[in-house]
Amino acid sequence: MKANCWMGKRDVRVETVPDPKILNPRDAIVKITSTAICGSDLHLYNGYIPSMESGDILGHEFMGEVVEVGSGVKNLQKGDRVVVPFAIACGDCFMCKRQLYSVCENSNPNAWMQERLWGHGGAGLFGYSHMCGGYAGGQAEYARVPFADVGPIKVPESLTDDQVLFLSDIFPTGYMGADLCNIQPGDTIAVWGCGPVGQLAIASARMLGAERVIAIDRFPYRLNMAKEKAGADTVLNYEHEDVRDALKEMTGGRGPDACIDAVGMEAHAPGAAFLYDRAKQAAMLETDRPIALRQAILACRNGGTVSVIGVYGGFIDKFPMGSVMNRSLTIKAGQTHMQKYMRPLLERIERGDIDPSFIITHRLPLEQAPQGFETFLHKQQDCMKVVLKPAA
Amino acid sequence: MASEQNGGISRLVAGLGWFSVGLGLTEMIAPGTLARIIGLPDRGKNRAWTRFYGAREVAAGIGILSQSKPAPWLWARVAGDALDLASLGKTLANDESNRWKAGLATAAVAGVTALDILAAKALNEAAENDGAVVEDVRVVRTIIIDRPPEEVYSYWRNFENLPRFMKHLESVRSIGEHQSHWVIRAPGGKRIEWNAELEHDETNRRIVWRSLPGSDIDHAGWVQFERAPGDRGTLVKVEVNYTPPGGVIGSTLAKLFGQTPGLLIQENLRTLKQLLETGEIAKSDASIHEGMHPAQPEPESVVL
Ligand SMILES: NC(=O)c1ccc[n+]([C@@H]2O[C@H](COP(=O)([O-])OP(=O)(O)OC[C@H]3O[C@@H](n4cnc5c(N)ncnc54)[C@H](O)[C@@H]3O)[C@@H](O)[C@H]2O)c1
Ligand SMILES: [Zn+2]
Ligand SMILES: [Zn+2]
Repeated sequence: MKANCWMGKRDVRVETVPDPKILNPRDAIVKITSTAICGSDLHLYNGYIPSMESGDILGHEFMGEVVEVGSGVKNLQKGDRVVVPFAIACGDCFMCKRQLYSVCENSNPNAWMQERLWGHGGAGLFGYSHMCGGYAGGQAEYARVPFADVGPIKVPESLTDDQVLFLSDIFPTGYMGADLCNIQPGDTIAVWGCGPVGQLAIASARMLGAERVIAIDRFPYRLNMAKEKAGADTVLNYEHEDVRDALKEMTGGRGPDACIDAVGMEAHAPGAAFLYDRAKQAAMLETDRPIALRQAILACRNGGTVSVIGVYGGFIDKFPMGSVMNRSLTIKAGQTHMQKYMRPLLERIERGDIDPSFIITHRLPLEQAPQGFETFLHKQQDCMKVVLKPAA
Repeated sequence: MASEQNGGISRLVAGLGWFSVGLGLTEMIAPGTLARIIGLPDRGKNRAWTRFYGAREVAAGIGILSQSKPAPWLWARVAGDALDLASLGKTLANDESNRWKAGLATAAVAGVTALDILAAKALNEAAENDGAVVEDVRVVRTIIIDRPPEEVYSYWRNFENLPRFMKHLESVRSIGEHQSHWVIRAPGGKRIEWNAELEHDETNRRIVWRSLPGSDIDHAGWVQFERAPGDRGTLVKVEVNYTPPGGVIGSTLAKLFGQTPGLLIQENLRTLKQLLETGEIAKSDASIHEGMHPAQPEPESVVL
């Protein structure tokens, strides 16, 4: 089959690789009809996530048709149309039983690598480095899906691929980002990052009853979409104004009730702070650039919540712990507990509460995945979200 | 698996080594610029100190890179980091210097310190388990399995199940009421074998065994099954004590288990947990291969 493979930093290629096979009773094989490129893939593309091997198949946002099931999968059949969650979970362990699916204790065969870096290991993820399991990803014609009786969700024919594809990651992720804020009537929520995840976090904060949503980024087309499509009330371009001052001004000096970091480890900032973090990251002095996170913490109101859904990999510097402690902040974070959110969010799409397809700007055949990465990375042609079509 | 892990640590160590050399050279060649970046007033005295730190960094970096046992050098780095932290702390208190910049530099050094300590500790661990010094090795590992002790005990007590979750173990065969014959298969078809005696068997609680004279590895061990607090299943605890054998068997074993037998036991326990909780062993496209392999499906096996 054809698959988009990571060959090295800033080098992905569509190669011919062997077809996947069932390895375990609870596996299924899915023939992929749509698969997307994620901001998380850019962290791999730029070489910031350790433990990648040349030849790794990328991709963790995919859907398609079940073409084979293992003997242990009773809830799926050949021909079922499914969306597959990016995080693999067994459904049986202590964590899964508490709906903490993305820290499943059984789905990552390389959890020992993560234990070295993070103290404890988490779930296996599709196409996301060897410390996250070494699973082949879904930017391919076919994928093997482990624990297929727990992860994939069947979707009705009445909904298009575009409408349901983002149940695989970013819609639940944006939604969890808002859910972690425990939004109360009257709340103001600020969202850093207006990429696909930020857009869906903004829309979700709206759905969960936020009174006011403020969106922060630097690309006018992304800020426009935040306002026009996702439902932000106000947008801030951090290149043109001081974000913390502006937020204070808008909230009577108090700060937003909750702040969502939908930027992650490759944050950008105008001026010296950016060069400083960038240099340290390059010299391996820190693995992540926590520019948006620092700002979100300092901006948040006393007793508020900082919800971190942007991905971080290792160590960060100049973390304003004094601000967190003395001002009674709550920090919540996580890879998304997908299996908890997929069904209720599918229902929301069916009811017409939201149509996440508004973020799609590019549709390309799988063969053009490398161009898709470049266009998305450099924000060319007002790129927001690239969907790849293997069958095309 | 252990050797892969050491590979990762070696890369981290090498990275730190090169970082030291780089930072040190900068400190020696451009002390003024560096002093400015970190917020020290660019004065003769500061330059001299910066040069001194630079020399120390380069020495530590070369030490780390050129040593086969870099652990002491890494601890030297940790000490050096502490020195940096202390003097940067002073800079922070010094009104003349730009506190903001110094704060940033302190944080940067602190980040490196974390990596240094990580690498130094990992290497120390590896050295502790190094077979070169022939001392008895004791390994203890635990895991919680979300199944009742009765179930975990009986799975383990049925020794024929052991090869399902113990890596490299080919077979365990009962040879009489309290004795069994164990076979480990090593690459190249080599086998390591022993007879074990069940010394103690407390139903649903504890199994104790010991190898019999004439075994390839002289060892003893126990496994204990305790109800986990909060009724969260079973806390399984394993202890193994062995005398590292010399000669061919010793080197075969070292190849199999690497330098960290603890990791192997931990992984075996994890596999047992997967089997009992999920009914299968988690496998990825990469993990089914020995050593590193890209995350790609396996080629169709050739049918002979
Ligand atoms: N928690 C999860 O499970 C999960 C799932 C998917 C993605 N993610 C992460 O979410 C993050 C965003 O993903 P995406 O697909 O939207 O990526 P993206 O790269 O398209 O979006 C990031 C956006 O952040 C903006 N940005 C950069 N620096 C900023 C700053 N200082 N202040 C405000 N905005 C800033 C960029 O301009 C960009 O628009 C990534 O880190 C990704 O890895 C997490
Ligand atoms: Zn994603
Ligand atoms: Zn689980």
